[in-house]
Amino acid sequence: MTDTEQRLAAIRGDAPPKRHNARTIAALTGNPGCTRRAVLDGAGVDKPALAERVGFPARFGQSRFAITRGNMFEAQVKADGGAELLRLVAERLGVPVPAAVRWTDLDAGDDLATRARRSAALLTEALSSVESDTADPPGADEPPRVDEPAALFDHPMLGLTVAGQRVHLEPDLVAARLGGRFHVVEIKSFPVIDGQADPAKLAGAAVQSAVYVLALRELLTARGHDPQLVSHEVVLVCPRDFSNAPVAHLLDVRRQLLVVRRQLDRMDRLDTLLAGVPADFTADPAADPAALADSLARVPARYAPDCLASCELAYLCRHEAQGQTGALGRPVREALGGIADVAEVLALAGGETATDPERAEAAALLRTAARLRADALASA
Amino acid sequence: MSTLRALAAAQAVATGVAQPVATVRHLHLSRRPLVLVPLSMAGEANAPLAAMVGSAPGEGRLLIVPQPRNRDQRFAFAAELAAVVLPYVDAHRTANEAVAVDRGRDVRYRYLDAPQLLVPNPAGVTFLRLLGRSTRFRRVDGEYPVPPQVPLLGRWLTFFAERAEHPGSSALVAMTQALTLHWATGQSAVEDLHLPALLGWIAPSAGLSGAEAAARAEDPSLCPPAGPATDPEFDNRLLAPAIEAYSAADDEATRVEAYAELERLLRDQLTPTWELMWRGLGLLRALPPGARVAGRWDGDRDAFTAHADHLDSDGAPQPRRDGAVAAAARLHRLERAAATYAVQRAYDDPLVMAEYRLTGEAFVGEVLLADPTRVDDSGRRPVLRPRIQLMTTDPVLVPVGATLSSPSRPGQKARTVFVTPTADGKTEVVLELSGGMGRGLTASPGSVPEVGERLCYTTLSDAYVPAAAFPAVEETPWTHGGPPATAAAAPDEEWA
Repeated sequence: MTDTEQRLAAIRGDAPPKRHNARTIAALTGNPGCTRRAVLDGAGVDKPALAERVGFPARFGQSRFAITRGNMFEAQVKADGGAELLRLVAERLGVPVPAAVRWTDLDAGDDLATRARRSAALLTEALSSVESDTADPPGADEPPRVDEPAALFDHPMLGLTVAGQRVHLEPDLVAARLGGRFHVVEIKSFPVIDGQADPAKLAGAAVQSAVYVLALRELLTARGHDPQLVSHEVVLVCPRDFSNAPVAHLLDVRRQLLVVRRQLDRMDRLDTLLAGVPADFTADPAADPAALADSLARVPARYAPDCLASCELAYLCRHEAQGQTGALGRPVREALGGIADVAEVLALAGGETATDPERAEAAALLRTAARLRADALASA
Repeated sequence: MSTLRALAAAQAVATGVAQPVATVRHLHLSRRPLVLVPLSMAGEANAPLAAMVGSAPGEGRLLIVPQPRNRDQRFAFAAELAAVVLPYVDAHRTANEAVAVDRGRDVRYRYLDAPQLLVPNPAGVTFLRLLGRSTRFRRVDGEYPVPPQVPLLGRWLTFFAERAEHPGSSALVAMTQALTLHWATGQSAVEDLHLPALLGWIAPSAGLSGAEAAARAEDPSLCPPAGPATDPEFDNRLLAPAIEAYSAADDEATRVEAYAELERLLRDQLTPTWELMWRGLGLLRALPPGARVAGRWDGDRDAFTAHADHLDSDGAPQPRRDGAVAAAARLHRLERAAATYAVQRAYDDPLVMAEYRLTGEAFVGEVLLADPTRVDDSGRRPVLRPRIQLMTTDPVLVPVGATLSSPSRPGQKARTVFVTPTADGKTEVVLELSGGMGRGLTASPGSVPEVGERLCYTTLSDAYVPAAAFPAVEETPWTHGGPPATAAAAPDEEWA
């Protein structure tokens, strides 16, 4: 165990680290500047339990109806050994629909590491023979190809390194090898109506898919293959309009790949972040709530209203950020000349002179704003 | 986010209660608006679950769908909703007025009033848009016939949803947006989307601060969400068993009982929001309307009349997607409406104008000197060009030569002649006036500002801007895909 790992274990407490899935990794990209979140996620702290313990429980319930619908749609799309899914994906990619498809369900077995090994072996099985046969390396602008029959791999167990730890991703995808390349296929049950989906859900799906693309690429690299065999174009399969009929769309996730990559790299340098964290910092949900709250307060968070939708600790951080202009949203803070504290904003607006010369301009703006506001309210 | 609004939000944090950001009401409120609070089922594509609808606080009608996944029940819901919405809409088609067009050479008619729908939040508007989309193409014959009022409801809901995109329209209003237009709370824009929390800041219950009331409103067990999404906890704990009980009922008595239980549950979820809607409405009604609100409502009445006429003539449903020409024309219309709306709000409301004063696009000053008889005879004909000199403490970023106008004298233009900062931080502005002073070389009384008057001048102009011309659909340029193929009949979707 390295020093960092020891520290992270101490922060986490007795429990084993919380497992990540594509959703939690995707959520890491939400607020990259937040140290508290990076440390807690890096340590694999049980954040929902922690939030509950300090008195600010998260509210991330999921409705049974949504879960049922999601499972039903997924089962429907994958029915008949994936024949329908293959047709959809092939048509969307513009390649001829293969007559036969090999469907490999990698969901069997319970040991994660065994499953991951099996997934890796089967996914790359076809590649090894092909690449040794290829005499000419593929051109620079020509993506590499595999001339193997089409194949669909359901629930491949993939892995990623998050904060120095190997994380197995809860597999919720199909990897399609079609037209010579791998494509991540995500089946989502939100509708695409007249070619448009809910932007928030679409954005979430794109980041999640990017995590899978990244993991699949790492897997190929680790086995000595070209990572570019995994396309950056993800196939999203959703119900069309108000029906249950599936429709496939392509999603370019290059930007999301960069974002996820960057955040994972940042978490790899956790020891630098940890250097600024007090030595006795603990986030063990079993600890005394008052001590926990004190401890958490010593690792700075960077609360923004968006956190409410993605981080379990958001309600605690919001509570701490009371009286800060950032808690009202970054645009509000910027409009107030970047001044962080509401009390200071109002003091400057009331005519107090700024102690910091860099704030003179903001102070003048706020003073004028206050005068104009009072003037308009009086004249109305 | 303007600095003035941000400052109001900071004041709201400090005082614990929302602060006004408008001194007049910027939207029209009907005497009898139709309030509609919809709920949808989680996970489904806009499957209606329930709605409370009515045009008076005591007349809320509860509509429910006992099995939202059932296609027939969805359309039964749409038919029930149509039975409320369509008579409400038709009630506004009784009397009309003649409006002169084409400089008085012609007249057209418009209804004296128009329907107004109120929903809790923008998600409610989306719900109605999608409900309109899912019903307007339905056929009354063929394989899956629906009652004739269902596609008609779809066309009206689509009309309302399209008006909701039109800046300044009051045909379909989301309550949270109407309220945040007039108040700034001490919470973020995301949190303002939650109607109970927003109203908690604006009008907290006795003994609570706005922040406390908002925090209380965030607990879904105390305060159900304002829809259309339901609380997942409610879904799992109460709704799912009740729906299962209804589906499992094998005799009439059990089914009636299960239906009554569902109704009770959904009524409990909807009633708090229903009451908040009327409270919000009351708060908005207490504000005096802005001077230009009625003019914008005329636009809503025009649109209502045009759509009613369209439905009377052939009544084709709105297309799923606009063609190139229609899309460009719509975008142009929306941009013009947005620009006009911004100007009109500033003209109507000194607190909105203050935002432009802060950015130097407007200033308020006192008239120091006035020369109302000044005549410019340098041109071919002598013209009346009075000059006034104002002194202002506002920052003036208006260049010399710019044309300004004043909200109190919208028909008169003012050209900036000199802008001179004085030693005490004030600014002297000399303006040359034209227009709005009657004919001849003598200004009609009162048409030139007098010494001592306090006036606001701004670069914003509410002068009429003529609409751009767009090609006919059959002349769509090749750059935009060329003329579209004649539209095929909208395909009937599969319903599972």
